[in-house]
Amino acid sequence: MTTALWIVLGLLLDGALSRWMVAQVPHWLPVQASAAAPHVDALFALETGIGTFLFVGCVTLILITVLFRRAPKYDMVNGDPIEGNLKLEITWTLLPLLIVALLTWQGIRVNTTLATLGGKQRVSGGTEAMAVSAAATTTGTGALAAPYGPVRVIARQWSWEFVYPEGVRSAELHLPVDQPVQLELVSLDVLHGFYVPAFRLKQDVIPGSVIAYRLTPTREGRYRLRDSLFSGAYFASNQTDVVVESAEGFQTWLREASKQAPHPSWNPARELHERRLRRGDQGWATVPPAPPPLVNVGLDPQASHEA
Amino acid sequence: MSSTSASFDPRVLRAPHPVPGAPDNWKRFFTFNTDAKVIGIQYIALALFFLLVGGLLAMIMRGELITPPADLVDPSVYNGLYTMHGTVMLFLFLFPILNGFNNLLIPPMIGAPDMAFPRLNALAFWLFPLFGTILMVSFFVPGGPSTSGWWAYPPLSTQNPLGLFVNGQFLWILAVALSGVSSIMGAVNFVTTILRMRAPGMGWFRLPIFCWTAVAAQVIQLVGLPVLTGGAVMLLFDLSFGTSFYQPEGGGDPMLYQHFFWFYSHPAVYVMALPVFGIFSELFPVYARKPLFGYEFVAVASFGITFLSLIVWVHHMFYSGTPQWMRNLFMATTMLIAVPTGIKVFAWIATLWRGRLRLTTAMLFCLGGLINFIFAGITGVMLATVPVDIHVGNTYFVVGHFHYVIFNTLTFGVFAAIYHWFPKFTGRLMYEGLGKLHFVLTFVGSTLNFLPMHWAGLMGMPRRVASYDPEFALANVLASLGAFLLGVAMIPFLLNLVSSWARGERASANPWQAIGLEWLLPSPPPLENFEEDVPTVLNGPYGYGLNRPLVADEARYIARANASPAPTPTPASTPRRPEP
Repeated sequence: MTTALWIVLGLLLDGALSRWMVAQVPHWLPVQASAAAPHVDALFALETGIGTFLFVGCVTLILITVLFRRAPKYDMVNGDPIEGNLKLEITWTLLPLLIVALLTWQGIRVNTTLATLGGKQRVSGGTEAMAVSAAATTTGTGALAAPYGPVRVIARQWSWEFVYPEGVRSAELHLPVDQPVQLELVSLDVLHGFYVPAFRLKQDVIPGSVIAYRLTPTREGRYRLRDSLFSGAYFASNQTDVVVESAEGFQTWLREASKQAPHPSWNPARELHERRLRRGDQGWATVPPAPPPLVNVGLDPQASHEA
Repeated sequence: MSSTSASFDPRVLRAPHPVPGAPDNWKRFFTFNTDAKVIGIQYIALALFFLLVGGLLAMIMRGELITPPADLVDPSVYNGLYTMHGTVMLFLFLFPILNGFNNLLIPPMIGAPDMAFPRLNALAFWLFPLFGTILMVSFFVPGGPSTSGWWAYPPLSTQNPLGLFVNGQFLWILAVALSGVSSIMGAVNFVTTILRMRAPGMGWFRLPIFCWTAVAAQVIQLVGLPVLTGGAVMLLFDLSFGTSFYQPEGGGDPMLYQHFFWFYSHPAVYVMALPVFGIFSELFPVYARKPLFGYEFVAVASFGITFLSLIVWVHHMFYSGTPQWMRNLFMATTMLIAVPTGIKVFAWIATLWRGRLRLTTAMLFCLGGLINFIFAGITGVMLATVPVDIHVGNTYFVVGHFHYVIFNTLTFGVFAAIYHWFPKFTGRLMYEGLGKLHFVLTFVGSTLNFLPMHWAGLMGMPRRVASYDPEFALANVLASLGAFLLGVAMIPFLLNLVSSWARGERASANPWQAIGLEWLLPSPPPLENFEEDVPTVLNGPYGYGLNRPLVADEARYIARANASPAPTPTPASTPRRPEP
């Protein structure tokens, strides 16, 4: 009887602790700035809850034995010779199976909702990739329709360049809020990763492929866009910002941008490489950075991002 | 040192493995020796040396990352450090040290005199210093070592900036391919030995779990390694001979490499994890004084892991342009791995339950490793979930998860195994005080090092960066402090190893009152273990408290094992059988 009480009490406490952990989840994550973010975070919170419950449960059992079942020194007595329990073993085979089935089902559901990945077209190299992405149009119907785009995302060692349908080029990505947008991802050298933590979205940019990608920003602000797939010496510096603006703000920005003459963007990789050359080219071998893209709007080293 | 050769059983002295106090025995480690026990110690000693090398590289990295900008080393140097850190820790530390345990433990555990193919075994070992040297030499070639990460994804890995034929990447691929050849040789040997050389009466369900997991792991080597080696050879051709298997300009596809690479390299984690699951399954019963809970389930679950590990590799490529159906499929298979690993974790906890725990250093490392593994399993399921992985994949969350597996679980298991079996194979006990200090420093250091990484990853810090935005500074300072503490933790460990080996307390045949064939042998065991007198196994392992004999004539084997080596010469130390 008392054992049952202890078990119920323990499970209740464990449940309360797990709920508390779920409540902490938003503090561990950047702001939610895309339509995908709430879905991803909900799934992560669900897993945090289940995970905490299991972790605390298991660790409590271990700690109970460590605290109360230690053999005194020179005690040579054995523990209870229990060899197994078929019912228990079947339970702890089926229970994880049920949990992962639930999580898989939820994962597939969210995957279907997000539907970020469009088509992928194989090309033979950079020149063809540029031509294919330039000719791309927004496609798809219903949930897949993208009212704006395609914005070409061109990744290089180590810079990002964005080309808008209006012909404007920039080194930071500007997007209108609450509008699905289509991107065409192109790499001109090695693998890169298009990653915006505030969007909870990531897509590798693959040389030899032009990848159509859709996302919907939902919150105005300036967020980091990072290269997430290791791309060589100045990989860490290969980051820029996504600026999400109101529809009017975005149109104004496009107008102002088109008035600016194309100029080489400020490029941190290039600065680091020049510093290296000044210091006698010490360090291990690397290809030199590609020339910074000629853009209407360059990178602003002073801008501060929200996430 | 009071010992003279007079105090040793002549059978022990004939053995080519080290006998503490015996003259010149250390020289035996530098020969092409075919004795599995020598090879085992050769593997473990050299692997521990490379653990120090890899740890040193890690501490330089953490020194760079303790501040946001790249200010300690050039970013290209950082990239080389992290590439070599990963390569050294996997190919020169974990794989070899576990092969070392396979060599030490498999023959005595199954009552075999040696491995099935002793010369092949020695050859497999001697490739290890060879490819270890190649990797170390790559630091000093023009252009430095490989800087493309331990995945060596093309086209980055085939860029070859200096255009030299012999470059860091070339040597790296060569070393990895040689490591693969060595591992295949080892796998053939371990599998054959367990299949063909078990003691009479030792059916599959009387086999120790360590041997089950060894077979399960080595089967992965045999299936997966040819794929990686093939992929690596094509990479070498792309790099050095102008082919275009992975170059889009020539009609190739860089994604092809990722499939080859992960088809082996994900299961490779299980090649390392399974033997450590075996170590946990061996040690928990000893120190909880209880039979392993659900032995058959735990044994068979090993092969569940082997099978599933071969069909999950695409989860490393969820954001690589993988189509939706493939993401969903591989999410399902990856999640399923939680079932057999769950069976093992629950069985270990049930083994502890109502036991009489002896908190030796080995047990502490097992308990710490188990708790860390439960955590790593939970973050593993999170990473298997496609939408979550798309956010945290390739961030520090993965680095944290991976190190919770590879260090906080597997290396903890390796340390536990060293403390547990050291007396068996050296005849000396390790110092418990230094051991516990080692455990506490390691547990605190590794938690401080790897736990905050999850947080940095959730906030969006990519892995492999040499510099980062200031918002990640706190997590990185904590991680760096943890890393330096882990460096400090190695001091009591090394001190313990060296001083126990030289003048530790003499170990009896069975210092932990463990049940198992290896504990029926003297410490250290004679050259050919049981020689012609192989015991007949009557029961399954882990019969703690069941009052059943493990082997026929158990008392005779125990008496014989205890008779030698004795601390002082006594009439009992005379060998029972006449010299041939």
